[in-house]
Amino acid sequence: MSTVGSSAAMRGATNVMRRELTGYFATPVAYVFLVIFLMMTGVFTFYLGNFYERGFADLDPFFRFHPWLYLFLVPAISMRLWAEERRSGTIELLFTLPLTTFAAVLGKFLAAWLFIGLALFLTVPMWFTVNYLGSPDNGVILAGYLGSWLMAGGFLAIGSCMSALTRNQVIAFILSVVVCFLFLLSGLPMVMNLFKGWAPQIILDGISGLSFFKHFADISKGVIDLRDLVYFVLVISFWLFANVLILNMKKAD
Amino acid sequence: MIEAKSLCKRYDGFTAVDDLSFTIKAGQVLGFLGPNGAGKSTTMKMLTGFLTPTSGIALINGIDVSENPVEACKHIGYLPEGAPCYGEMTVRQFLTFVARARLISRADVSESVDRAVEKLSLTTVSHQPVETLSKGFKRRVGLAQAIIHDPQILILDEPTDGLDPNQKHEVRHLIKTMAKDKIIVISTHILEEVEAVCNRVMIIADGKLLADDTPHGLVARSRYNNSVSMVVEEAEKVASVLSELPQVAKAELQDGELTLFPAVEQGLFEAITAAIAEHQWEVMALRLEAGRLDEVFRSITSKESAA
Repeated sequence: MSTVGSSAAMRGATNVMRRELTGYFATPVAYVFLVIFLMMTGVFTFYLGNFYERGFADLDPFFRFHPWLYLFLVPAISMRLWAEERRSGTIELLFTLPLTTFAAVLGKFLAAWLFIGLALFLTVPMWFTVNYLGSPDNGVILAGYLGSWLMAGGFLAIGSCMSALTRNQVIAFILSVVVCFLFLLSGLPMVMNLFKGWAPQIILDGISGLSFFKHFADISKGVIDLRDLVYFVLVISFWLFANVLILNMKKAD
Repeated sequence: MIEAKSLCKRYDGFTAVDDLSFTIKAGQVLGFLGPNGAGKSTTMKMLTGFLTPTSGIALINGIDVSENPVEACKHIGYLPEGAPCYGEMTVRQFLTFVARARLISRADVSESVDRAVEKLSLTTVSHQPVETLSKGFKRRVGLAQAIIHDPQILILDEPTDGLDPNQKHEVRHLIKTMAKDKIIVISTHILEEVEAVCNRVMIIADGKLLADDTPHGLVARSRYNNSVSMVVEEAEKVASVLSELPQVAKAELQDGELTLFPAVEQGLFEAITAAIAEHQWEVMALRLEAGRLDEVFRSITSKESAA
């Protein structure tokens, strides 16, 4: 597709992104998601995270539960991305427009990612609260937001790819949760113990290095290491690339 | 120009389109006819690049669709089967999305949406979500998105399906007004539609091309071509008298209508009117038949399935 300039591809992706965002807010999906997301973050932070009782002015109890929250909420957003296009037949319309598969995948991903970004942004009152109650390290909190958003992008790219596999949203949801769960857990002892004892150290490192937990934890400690950023960018790129391949292989099924 | 060269589409143990070759030139309105499952939609999906052919190539104005779908798509306006739309968007939002995706310049987007809305009489519903519209309106929204960039090639999969007779008439009128200098391909199983708008007909069944002709030429293949049908009192008696005429090859009586098939090139109608005058029969209706497309369609497609 060398004849299509990158600006045309970008314009295509932007157009798809705008359409998707319009779609979110034209239905109750967006509002339901935002309300649930804010409620859940609140519940996790204040009840499970003991936000007040800990006596620290930081957002650690807020960010600590994000991986678990995303495990279910992000697939809920991503499950419809392609499954819905297949079910309603609009995929045929989309792919007979002068638009590359990559532009369509990117546009849809960016729309969903921005939407989750908006949900995250709406938790900013939490940030104000800690600043009111004490004097937190705002750099660490900012890093926490960045890490959380990047991690959401990783979950989302997996979910988008899984959604392209089926026309059934329920299947897309379950597949996404399972794959996200594996990525999430890969650094935890329960998974590592399966490999310990027989797998060589390099594979153990590789598996634990894949974990969303570890990289998210690193970033949210306030240490923005290039390796962690690259990790999330690579995860997102990999799954979006797989997404493009799957769509190109089976557009019509 | 559309060129299809030996297009094939095979699925596991099933051939949907079997070695289809044809060329469609500007100014042609081609009607794709065939029974359900004949491969009409599959062929259209391959022409528009949505499906990759198992073998063979499709060229749109010289561009290989499989190799460069994005370039090829620019020349085409396409209404997929069932006219899928993003239901949660309003008609205007949806058409604006398509106009932008069609690379219409920013300044012209709004104008081209207006034009498409007006052409398909969608003004009254332009701010309603597509999913709340009736089937007829949805189909028209689908047509509006297909013509929004004034494409040189229009591929319409069952454009009048689900429309009422008035809407069908409007859509046919629209197709006819756009036909000049364009290529229009429509698939349908409504035979009268072909006679109303097309100047070329291709009949396919089981993925094979069985006939490629003008509607007129196809009708002329009918055994009814140049026959005379009449409704008359005491039809059996009339039939036996007329069968004696040298111009009449055969007389058939069906549902009270008597059809007389010609034994000669010309003169059947004259001979019959003369006989009517001579015997003073009470004739309620009398007409010279051009042929019956449904009969031709059935004989062509059932010959294939019987073989």
